[in-house]
Amino acid sequence: MAYPVLQVENLTMHYTTRKGAVKAVEDVSFSLEKGEALGLVGESGCGKTSVALTLLRLLPENAQFLGGHVYFFRDGSDEAHARRAVGKPVKVLLDGQEHQGRLVGVDRSQLVLDARLNGRTQQIKLARDGIARIGVDLTALSDEEMRPIRWKGISMIFQAAMNSLNPVYKVGDQIIEAIQTHMPMPIPEARERVAQLFQLVGLDRQLMDRYPHEYSGGMKQRAVIAMALACDPDIIIADEPTTALDVIVQDKILREMRQIQKKLNMSMIYISHDIAVIAEVADKVGVMYAGGLVEFGPAEAIFKNPIHPYTKALMSAFPSIKGEKVKLAALPGEPPDLIKPPSGCRFHPRCPYATEICEREVPKFIEHKPKQHAACWNPLT
Amino acid sequence: MALQTQTKTETLVRVENLRMLYPVSTGIFARARSFIHAVDDVSFDIKRGEIFGLIGESGCGKTTTGKLLVRLITPTSGHIYLRVTQDPSTDSQGEQFVDIATLEGRALKEFRRNVQMIFQDPYESLNPRMTIFDIVSEPLSIHGIGSVYEREERVAELLSLVGLTPPESFLFRYPHELSGGQRQRVAIARAMILNPSFIVADEPTSMLDVSIRTGVMNLMLDLREEFGISYLYITHDLAVARYMCDRIAVMYLGKIVELGPTEEVIQNPLHPYTRALISAVPIPDPTVERQPIEIKGGVSKPIDPPPRCRFYERCPIATERCAQSDHPPLEDKGHGHFAACYEI
Ligand SMILES: Nc1ncnc2c1ncn2[C@@H]1O[C@H](COP(=O)(O)OP(=O)(O)OP(=O)(O)O)[C@@H](O)[C@H]1O
Ligand SMILES: Nc1ncnc2c1ncn2[C@@H]1O[C@H](COP(=O)(O)OP(=O)(O)OP(=O)(O)O)[C@@H](O)[C@H]1O
Ligand code: SF4
Ligand code: SF4
Ligand SMILES: [Mg+2]
Ligand SMILES: [Mg+2]
Repeated sequence: MAYPVLQVENLTMHYTTRKGAVKAVEDVSFSLEKGEALGLVGESGCGKTSVALTLLRLLPENAQFLGGHVYFFRDGSDEAHARRAVGKPVKVLLDGQEHQGRLVGVDRSQLVLDARLNGRTQQIKLARDGIARIGVDLTALSDEEMRPIRWKGISMIFQAAMNSLNPVYKVGDQIIEAIQTHMPMPIPEARERVAQLFQLVGLDRQLMDRYPHEYSGGMKQRAVIAMALACDPDIIIADEPTTALDVIVQDKILREMRQIQKKLNMSMIYISHDIAVIAEVADKVGVMYAGGLVEFGPAEAIFKNPIHPYTKALMSAFPSIKGEKVKLAALPGEPPDLIKPPSGCRFHPRCPYATEICEREVPKFIEHKPKQHAACWNPLT
Repeated sequence: MALQTQTKTETLVRVENLRMLYPVSTGIFARARSFIHAVDDVSFDIKRGEIFGLIGESGCGKTTTGKLLVRLITPTSGHIYLRVTQDPSTDSQGEQFVDIATLEGRALKEFRRNVQMIFQDPYESLNPRMTIFDIVSEPLSIHGIGSVYEREERVAELLSLVGLTPPESFLFRYPHELSGGQRQRVAIARAMILNPSFIVADEPTSMLDVSIRTGVMNLMLDLREEFGISYLYITHDLAVARYMCDRIAVMYLGKIVELGPTEEVIQNPLHPYTRALISAVPIPDPTVERQPIEIKGGVSKPIDPPPRCRFYERCPIATERCAQSDHPPLEDKGHGHFAACYEI
């Protein structure tokens, strides 16, 4: 049965700058199921990377976390996870029911929860028989408590792939060290594991003993993908993982990642500006515009029948290698200023369907068709 | 359009037998006796006002070629000639070609002003301690062009043109306060600011969404029309290559294996590698199943390759002849469409 591994609720984060706050993440909610691949798309600068950094709590100094919850689920039988969750806000999924509250205790057979029911806080006891899944709110964890989650729980392939390698160490040694820290094993074994990962991403194993500056752009990107796969994480967030790769290598890596994902029942979030890549890999799609999620739903539905006018604009006007060569046009109007974003619906100055209400009021993010959510006053059918 | 037909016949850059080998140590005791053949005997020319595309496998030598053309690295052998109006060594007037390896002094400074590179990685190439204004205007201050006020005006104008709007929001931020695609656009603005005559653009729009990318591509095309700028345009995106480039060259392990007018190469690829490449282009529709041409293996080794065809190990149509002969020469197969393969 499908169940969530990640539930993001009302995430909001701004960056402070001299000119004012950059409203990069505004009230973003979505969920990711076990074994599922989610594609996050949107225009350059709309906040895709910021969403990932906020939920992993990897924000720079000038970032202000303004609210929201990120529930990260694991099996109730996972001892370390259950211990980590004690004293924290949690969601517990048991027999298709969701219980929300603060986890006050765990023992071998049960979970004790301070839950709010009908406006009162009540203590409830839930059986802990392996079917229960505990989602701990990552926003409530300390840095210390976050650390083990970052490699084995959720690992991230950064957009700055080429910068995430340390220039003074051999690439292979860096990955071996990451493995050693999170899943201790003898060095020769770790080395063999890295060799296998290199093969998977199409890098010659001799490259393990070379330095990052001896790699081409695409080779570094592949090394970073190998590193993210190293500790068998539950979730991988891949931020533009294939921008520096030719289509053959890209095709191969996306397919391999898809296979590993299926085999290990892993979940993925692909962040990409490239609709074609998203079409290849994603089960669900989330579309962002100016810091907000404007549409979310099953990939096929979104590609075939987008609800939000911005999604529609994103899907058309695609340069192709087939058909007649035409002069392409950019979306009319300017990319939005996230310091002073447009009122109401942030897309209104560029939207061909805008009506008078759009400028005044923020549209609610609601389900317009089965499983297909969007924030728009004049949804397309 | 008039400009195109008039100028595109005149060669601006001529590359002859260019070769770049990187030594690799193969053991603790070995001094470098093995070499990575990053660029291996490559020749082509770029016309004035032409956008010349370079595509090919990751690690095949595209960036290395680009860096050689702007003289960031020195070739192991071969020549890069640039058309100039005055020969710096003899001071003789009139159009002629000079070998850029010989440039120095005033001529080198002039070269640096006229030739710009947009780097592949905007996370590495922008100075983290400089503001966006300083980064984009630096070429102006190096060459002492314009007053501070004029510079600010020009920077703001270029930032709007690449979609960093409003420019005031970005001028005094640092690179780490920008998204990936925004950094990429800062790099583009910087390269454009001096109106150079030749730009090496290494994956300049790889992180941009369709809309902003279209804006930036149209800007580059407009500037080409207006000022006759030539580009070496490196990209992985064949749709982008098709939109931007007049001709493209396909590289494989340090060699150009196919070269010709873009539309010709994309619609009628001759070399088996190019065919596989084009069949692997993803389609923005989740219901379409593509039928990519499979090529063997996955890992290419540029270290001391054997003399035969570089594509031999992975080629689906290789014959005995390919095994026995040297790497095939790049030959004209008609209408300026060149390919290096025995089996065409
Ligand atoms: N440290 C920072 N300080 C101030 N503003 C920032 C900072 N980091 C990002 N921003 C701004 O926040 C917005 C969202 O940035 P983010 O990196 O999340 O975009 P993105 O969707 O990942 O874009 P891209 O596709 O170009 O990488 C952008 O407008 C960017 O300028
Ligand atoms: N400084 C260096 N020292 C040693 N080897 C290098 C160096 N720079 C590049 N190489 C090697 O030269 C080859 C070509 O690299 P180059 O960066 O030109 O590839 P590319 O075609 O730009 O690839 P990509 O598309 O992945 O960026 C690669 O095998 C790379 O490992
Ligand atoms: S709410 Fe109005 S402006 Fe916004 S996308 Fe819908 S129609 Fe367009
Ligand atoms: S020369 Fe032979 S091995 Fe090389 S690409 Fe042509 S058929 Fe294949
Ligand atoms: Mg980003
Ligand atoms: Mg490169």
